Amino acid sequence: MDGLTARGARRRSLAALLALLALPRRALAQPIMNPAPGIDARTINTPQGALQSILKGAGMRRGRVRLELPSAAENGHSVPMTVRVDSPMSETDHVRRIDLVSEKNPVPLMASFFLGPHMGRAEIESRVRLNGTQRVTAVAQLSDGSFWFDAADIAVNESACLDGG
Amino acid sequence: MTARIQVPPEVRRGDLIEVRILIQHPMETGFRYDSLGRQTPRNVIHRFECRYGGVEVFSAAMGAGIAANPYLRFFVRAGESGDIECRWVDQENASGSASARVTVSG
Repeated sequence: MDGLTARGARRRSLAALLALLALPRRALAQPIMNPAPGIDARTINTPQGALQSILKGAGMRRGRVRLELPSAAENGHSVPMTVRVDSPMSETDHVRRIDLVSEKNPVPLMASFFLGPHMGRAEIESRVRLNGTQRVTAVAQLSDGSFWFDAADIAVNESACLDGG
Repeated sequence: MTARIQVPPEVRRGDLIEVRILIQHPMETGFRYDSLGRQTPRNVIHRFECRYGGVEVFSAAMGAGIAANPYLRFFVRAGESGDIECRWVDQENASGSASARVTVSG
């Protein structure tokens, strides 16, 4: 009986060891589950890919968008983020969507917000996770189809992805 | 899923309603491992939408880049008195909702 339990324990520790060895591959195999509508999941593994899937060949200009992040954060678990777009938010001239793209997160496309003329003001506040010091880009698409962006640099002392957070 | 939604109870027509919502959810990234090396599956609220008087006014597709216990603050232009209703669903198909009544005067 004792021998059986010992073997069981050995087997379990062996399984744990194997699981540890398998870690990097499993991390890579992690599918990107939730692309926003109209975005191809295969293209959003890199920040450039994420931007391309949003822009679909169109250009973007800096301006009209204001992305506010603190310049430094103690850790990346929950960083306050505000994005606002200079727009009258009328039926004919409004912000259609805002995408947040991270330079260093495992999933570069952090979130997509879909706005409309009922909102009255194109301003969204949330809290984001950041995997280290990086530049975050907010891209807004207006109702005329044009893209505008702003980028903010933030120093993150402790990344969100390294431990239990 | 518990959530807290806050809106001003009374606004004037044409004014902006500031909607603040905080949802209790781990927003599991899928990059965490337990002590045995087992991966905690990714589970985030990937779809969030807000309706005002039955009309969708705002929605979001969120990823692991949104912090645990997601907080959102956004604006809605006041039209008629009605409910601000928020609904969301995570990747395990668990859904939640929260709503608040807004009285519009003027």
